[in-house]
Amino acid sequence: MLFQAILFYFFSAVLLGAALGVIFSRNPVHAVMFLVLTFFQSAVLWLLAEAEFLAIVLVLVYVGAVMVLFLFVVMMLDINVEAIRRGLTRYWFLGLGFALLMAIELMQLIWLRSKGLLAGSGFESYPEGYSNTKALGSVLYTEHVYAFEIAAVVLLLAIVAAITLTMRKRPGLKVQNIAAQVAVRAKDRIRIVKMDAEKKQ
Amino acid sequence: MIGLQHYLTLSAMLFVLSIVGIVINRRNLILLLMCIELMLLAVNFNFIAFSRHLGDDTGQVFVFFILTVAAAEAAIGLGILVVLFRNRRSINVQELNTMKG
Repeated sequence: MLFQAILFYFFSAVLLGAALGVIFSRNPVHAVMFLVLTFFQSAVLWLLAEAEFLAIVLVLVYVGAVMVLFLFVVMMLDINVEAIRRGLTRYWFLGLGFALLMAIELMQLIWLRSKGLLAGSGFESYPEGYSNTKALGSVLYTEHVYAFEIAAVVLLLAIVAAITLTMRKRPGLKVQNIAAQVAVRAKDRIRIVKMDAEKKQ
Repeated sequence: MIGLQHYLTLSAMLFVLSIVGIVINRRNLILLLMCIELMLLAVNFNFIAFSRHLGDDTGQVFVFFILTVAAAEAAIGLGILVVLFRNRRSINVQELNTMKG
C-alpha cells in the first residue's frame, strides 16, 4: 500500500510537471512532446486505479493517433514561434487569479466540505482473474449500445469534415485525368497513313 | 492510502493548470487546442475516480465516449487550423479579427 502511494505521488508529480511543460514551453514541438508525456503518465495512473482498458486506449488513441496528428500539423505549418510567444497577454494576472481561486475552491470542496462523503480507504481492489475489458464490454454493448453507435457516427462526421476542410484544388498542378485516360480509343491515338516507299535518288 | 480524494485533487490541479495555459497562451491556436485536450484529460480522471469509488463501470464507458469525441474534435479543430493558416499565413488568435466591424 505504501509502495502504491509512492508510485502515485511520483507519477502525479511527473504528470503535473509535464503539464507545466505543455503550458510554458516556447517551442510547440516541445509542447506536443510534453503532452505525450502527460498522456503516458495518465495512462500509468489509470493502471494504478485498475482501469486497464482505458489506460491502454489512452496510449493507443491519444499518443498513437491524436498526438501524431498534432505533431504533424505543428511541423507542417511553419509558425514564427518567437513572434507569437513574445510577451504575455494583457490579462494574464487576472487569469492566474481566477485559476488560483478555482484551485482553492476545488481543494476546499474535495478535502474539507465533503469529509464524510468522499473519505474512504482507497478503491477496493478487484478479485483475482477480474477482467476490466470484459466488464466494460458487457456494459458498453448492452446498456449503452445506442451511444456507442452515435460515437461511430461522430467519428464518421469527423472524417468527412476533416477531409472536406483540408482538400483543395490547386491551380497549375499537373495531375492525371483518369476518366479521359480510360475513355481513350486506339483510333484517336494512332493514324495509319498509306504512302509509297521512299527511294534513294 | 490512495483513494478518491487523491485522484480528484490531481484532476483539479490538472484542470487549473490547463486554464492557466489557455489564459497565458492566448496567441497560439495550437497550444489552445492542446490545453483543451488537457482539460478533457482532467475530466476523464474524475470519471474514472468516481467509477472506481462507486464500483460502477458506467463512468468508464463515459470516458470511452469522451475519448471518441475528443479525437473527433482534435481532427476537425486541426483541419480548421490548417485551412486558417493557408488563408491567413498566421495562427495568432489576436490577428483573427476579420469579422470585426
